[in-house]
Amino acid sequence: MENERHVLVVFPHPDDEAFGVSGTIASYTKRGTPVTYACLTLGEMGRNMGNPPFATRESLPHIRKKELQDAANVLGITDLRMLGYRDKTVEFEDETVLSAHMGAIIAELNPSLIITFYPGYAVHPDHDATGAAVIRAVREMPEASRPKVHCVAFSNNCEEDIGQADIVYNVSEVADQKVAAIKAHVSQTQLMVTDMTEKLKNQDPEVMARIHNERFWTYHF
Amino acid sequence: MEPVIIDQVQKEIDRFAQREVYIHLETTNGAYASHFDESFFSSGAYIRNAHLQYEHGKIKGSGPFRIGLKMNFGWVYAEGITHFEVDEKGRLLLAGHDYSGKLAVSLQIGEEPF
Repeated sequence: MENERHVLVVFPHPDDEAFGVSGTIASYTKRGTPVTYACLTLGEMGRNMGNPPFATRESLPHIRKKELQDAANVLGITDLRMLGYRDKTVEFEDETVLSAHMGAIIAELNPSLIITFYPGYAVHPDHDATGAAVIRAVREMPEASRPKVHCVAFSNNCEEDIGQADIVYNVSEVADQKVAAIKAHVSQTQLMVTDMTEKLKNQDPEVMARIHNERFWTYHF
Repeated sequence: MEPVIIDQVQKEIDRFAQREVYIHLETTNGAYASHFDESFFSSGAYIRNAHLQYEHGKIKGSGPFRIGLKMNFGWVYAEGITHFEVDEKGRLLLAGHDYSGKLAVSLQIGEEPF
């Protein structure tokens, strides 16, 4: 893991950071690298409401906002930005306006690394649209001043199309923080956390690998 | 939310009848359905803040429940309703949660926009 001046993480939903990236975030904050997390929506349209359901369509954004703040605290993120878009609508926003918004944040923070979704290979339309807006904003910058962009991809066809991830971090050193960040998103992860904790205790290889390894694709402009 | 009590829900539906109301109506199978099962045909729809008036409405079935609101120019319909709540703003929130507790359908009625 290289030293970074500032890391900017851009995802559309609270908990997008939890599964595949929170170990990387914790590793950066642990070494004193400032991390900004820009989260586009509050996951207003999520389906997980707790079981038995404790959230409603209307209370969910308030609950998820608190969960996001808790996860950010766990990960040592001091600059958390909630950008005010609505879940499931990112792809319908004006692309120019959206990428200008991303561009303004990048210009303000001057990050050396941006982490976002790989457009086209991130399954959820909000993921793809968010990644596309970030890529577009970076592409418009002069080549010499562009930050690195590390993308998260997980569509079933991603390796077929874009090959294997070129970056794999072992984040086992901060696994406890990662699990705590996943757990912070109670409304969304409650159903799987019990199962995950048990499997982790029994050193289930598949779950261990998912917790301990995080992979990224460097975006080539 | 609590499991539907049919008489209470009917009373709430009646309370909003023949008044200008805002409706949130949604069905969803989640954005990941086709990712986890490629044979699954993903679909869903929502409308937030349809402004309308209904003449009367009914809750029917033995659970999960169906709800129909009759307008003089059309209908509002939802099925699979399992839970309800009147929130602190007096809005009627109806939802259908699947067997793992995930939201599958939502119908909400209020006098102010959601």
